[in-house]
Amino acid sequence: MAPTFEHLREADLDEEEFDEDEVDISDLREKYEVQLEQGYDTFVVVDGLPKVTEEQKPKLIKFLLKKLNTVGRTREDQIYMPMDENGESLRFAFVEYSTKTEAANAVRQLDQVPLDKKHTLRVNKMTDIDRYGREGRIDENYVPPKIEPFTEKEHLRSFMADPSGRGRDQFVMYRGDSVGVFWNNEKDQPENIVERAHWTDTFVQWSPLGTYLTSVHAQGVQLWGGASWTRQRRFAHPFVNLIAFSPGEKYLVTWSNRPISIPDEGHPALSIDDDGKNYVIWDIETSKPLRSFAQLDAPAVAGEDPAARKVAKPVWPAFKWSADDKYVARMTPGASISIYELPRMNLLDKTTIKIEGVMDFEWAPATVQRDGVKSYEQLLSYWTPEIGSNPAKVALMSIPSKQVVRSLNLFSVSDAKLHWQSEGAYLCVKVDRHSKSKKSQATTLEIFRVKEKGVPVEVVDTIKDTVINFAWEPKGDRFVIITTTEPVGAVAVAPKTSVAFFCPEKPKKGQSIGNFKHLRTLEKKNHNAIYWSPRGRFVVIATVLNQQSSDLEFFDVDFEGEKPESEKDLSANLQLMNTGDHYGVTDIEWDPSGRYVATWASSWKHAMENGYHLYDFKGEQLREEAIEKFKQWQWRPRPATLLTKEEQKQIRKNLREYSRVFEQEDAERISSADVAVVEHRRRLLNEWYSWRAAVEEDVAEEREALGLPRDPVAALLQAKSAELGADGEQVIEEIVEEVLEESEEIVD
Amino acid sequence: MRPILLSGHERALTQVKYNADGDLIFSTAKDQIICAWFSHNGERLGTYAGHVGAIWTVDVDPTTTLLASGSADNTIKLWDVKSGKCLMTWEFPTAVKRVEFNEDGTKLLGVTEKRMGHLGTIVVLDIKVDVNAQQNEEKAMTIVCEESKATVAGWSYLSKYIIAGHEDGSVSQYDAKTGDQLANYSIHELNTPVTDLQWAPDRTYFITASKDKTAKIITANDLEVLKTFVADTPLNSATITPKKDFVILGGGQAAMDVTRTSARQGKFEARFYHKIFEEEIGRVRGHFGPLNTVAADPTGKGYCSGGEDGYVRVHHFDKGYFDFMYEVERERANRLRQEAEQAQKQEQKQQQ
Repeated sequence: MAPTFEHLREADLDEEEFDEDEVDISDLREKYEVQLEQGYDTFVVVDGLPKVTEEQKPKLIKFLLKKLNTVGRTREDQIYMPMDENGESLRFAFVEYSTKTEAANAVRQLDQVPLDKKHTLRVNKMTDIDRYGREGRIDENYVPPKIEPFTEKEHLRSFMADPSGRGRDQFVMYRGDSVGVFWNNEKDQPENIVERAHWTDTFVQWSPLGTYLTSVHAQGVQLWGGASWTRQRRFAHPFVNLIAFSPGEKYLVTWSNRPISIPDEGHPALSIDDDGKNYVIWDIETSKPLRSFAQLDAPAVAGEDPAARKVAKPVWPAFKWSADDKYVARMTPGASISIYELPRMNLLDKTTIKIEGVMDFEWAPATVQRDGVKSYEQLLSYWTPEIGSNPAKVALMSIPSKQVVRSLNLFSVSDAKLHWQSEGAYLCVKVDRHSKSKKSQATTLEIFRVKEKGVPVEVVDTIKDTVINFAWEPKGDRFVIITTTEPVGAVAVAPKTSVAFFCPEKPKKGQSIGNFKHLRTLEKKNHNAIYWSPRGRFVVIATVLNQQSSDLEFFDVDFEGEKPESEKDLSANLQLMNTGDHYGVTDIEWDPSGRYVATWASSWKHAMENGYHLYDFKGEQLREEAIEKFKQWQWRPRPATLLTKEEQKQIRKNLREYSRVFEQEDAERISSADVAVVEHRRRLLNEWYSWRAAVEEDVAEEREALGLPRDPVAALLQAKSAELGADGEQVIEEIVEEVLEESEEIVD
Repeated sequence: MRPILLSGHERALTQVKYNADGDLIFSTAKDQIICAWFSHNGERLGTYAGHVGAIWTVDVDPTTTLLASGSADNTIKLWDVKSGKCLMTWEFPTAVKRVEFNEDGTKLLGVTEKRMGHLGTIVVLDIKVDVNAQQNEEKAMTIVCEESKATVAGWSYLSKYIIAGHEDGSVSQYDAKTGDQLANYSIHELNTPVTDLQWAPDRTYFITASKDKTAKIITANDLEVLKTFVADTPLNSATITPKKDFVILGGGQAAMDVTRTSARQGKFEARFYHKIFEEEIGRVRGHFGPLNTVAADPTGKGYCSGGEDGYVRVHHFDKGYFDFMYEVERERANRLRQEAEQAQKQEQKQQQ
């Protein structure tokens, strides 16, 4: 029976006496208890502090807090600094952060950071002490670290010294499973320097200054160099697909389409923080990873299937370097650009630069000195499309100030491409515009003259056709474009293309460089690629990756001969020097000196006539070699010259003298090589004929011994003709009548 | 050097052969007919009909009396060259891929295919060089190739050895009297078949062609490789030119791959190499299928080639061919001439 009011006893009413403690709620407690952070993941140990007394301690903590709070949140009472019996600190402190990630940030960003001139912070995770310290991993007795005696390393730039004294360039060839490095010997067989089978798994790549040869394996990337081609560095990025060096060869970006997965037992180079990341930025000098990044998800499009979004093609290079290796930037398409400062890899000013709609960006490829700007800056260009009523925009931003120093508004833009000239003097923006009806297309070239005061922008010609390729002359001020009538799409036969050359006019008064003008257009070509000599002046226009044609045309834009009258105001004189044809050519590369051009048909693209051709800058073919399973050719880059401008000028002045010496050397070498060849042939000939004489003598002897005629066939034939003669040789008499002359006379 | 085009075959050529005088060319193709042609004008002398399968090989005895042929109908037939009459038929369990007379025409060897449980063999038949004689039906000898089947074979000088090229790229030497294997060396790349074997005029050395894109000159006595010629395409045939120190190689993209490639890629060219210097001298284009067989005129006046395209192209060399000489060769020729002249003078003196 349920208790009713009438039945209530006094004791039941007295709530005061109800003892909560007596109620057993341990099962509930267990179930609903809020789990507080148990481990020490939020704690870090800060070493390397100065020794302080009790009085100085608050001051130090305050000072330290400033540093510590740059990466997370912590308070004075969350810092514990133990003191010894003399009242002096033990030079370290325990710090508690509010979250695990902040603690991890502290370890990454504050470790090795100087506190003052004498002290450098060492920040470690509290849990690491447990990890490293357990199971007697630390010896009780201090053993001083053994310092290896200094051993001299091989000079990594020894390749600059050609043992033959001819200043030849090196190149690497990857064919079949074998990688070989060679000296270029022009017409002759290249001289092998090193040859290794299975040196790489996927491809090889030189570092931008030629110091290292990179091999790519499933386990990671290896750099090789020095005279004996030993391994110099190793970057263990599992299943790495692509790599990119910073221009100054200080850093390396590796990318794998598989997110990094750190096994439980740890990874030799990467830490648990790198788990799930795709990109790793490494410091080449120390072989240590600086920071890792996950792949960006493709921008969300409303109504799109989220599963389909994942397969968005990653753009490469995702990380773009400033010319001096000081900054690296990555764009989140449509939203922002994140710039990181090297070597700490911290976000510049701790924020990404929000740029609504940003489509693409490019660093200036060189440190540019703008007119009237004294302070240090790197330039960054980007463009944004039309958003709502706002026009499309191309902007130049100065880093680190993040100021937009020049911007240009554009209308009716369907696409834009940013092309920097190699010295950063010009930025050409190729703008594809559509008409209001969006039916017709046209392209304009907007050229920013970066070095001139106020960065004037010049518009060059409206081009009706689609521009499929654009290239600046390196270190120069001329450029080539390739246009085609129809938009490039899936068609059986690629449409004909036109090649147009542009150059500045001869400067007028007060101008350093004249306006850009159209020089000449070559119509009805098949060309689709432009390869300027790294020294400028010469350019190869080619048809690559084309089934039908494979023409190469070698042009000189500073031809020394007669100049057409109509072009006398232009600072170029175009001349077709030579044409070539390399069936199935897939790639073309100039050597770093601009003396030779290598063209090759790679088996990565197709299996027809794989191999390479070598041309000189004039387009004369020097060599061709068909090599099965030929994959890759790459010239070894050279670092920038150490000669001053004056010294270079001096050399140019005395070029005639030098070339005389070189020509003589060449002639001597060729003639001595010829002598060697002739000598070799003479030897072969003599060997052969002396061998023949010996054999003939032996055979004759043997025949004689057997009582056989010297020449069996002749003897048999003789016998047969004798036999035929015996049983009735036929004599055929032929009577030939020849009419010498026929004349008709009519006798009347 | 305008070639004469012999278009008497309907299918791919398998072998072409000059007679010892160099005035006749015999050709066989997969179309079951042997043709005989006059080499100087390309006129057809006649055909030899009787085989009921593709004909793989043909050879003529040194006196141009008898003609031997081997076919996919598992027979070797002996023909009277003059009348075209089939004189004799030997039957075998499998196809015959190669026949060759020895230097005096008294022996004939045949290479039989490995198929249907039969091992490849080299058989030797005794021949009487007489159109009226009754030929011996029995095989004089059978060499069984247990390791790798023979693809080509031939007689050395004095019929001392039988030399065979094998499917695995090796070349072996057999005692021609006993059939014992005396030597077997890996000459060409492993498992690239030897596709042709042709003799120098005196049969003391020979040239082999292989799918490994090389041709090699090898001595008959100790199978020493003297010269190697490297081409950029699989080779089907190689021959040594008399008079001049050249070799001619023929080949091209394998027939089954031809439809997938353009003519420029097929490399359907006859290649001339210098026999002693191993250097390529020139190429002759013309065929639009791979060259299956090449043969040099024993008198040194020309050569002919038979292609997968069904044509035989007969070339007569120009003056330029005979004049062409390397500097060192000219040197040697001049020296020899001077020596000869001096010897002559001395003889005259002595006579006086």
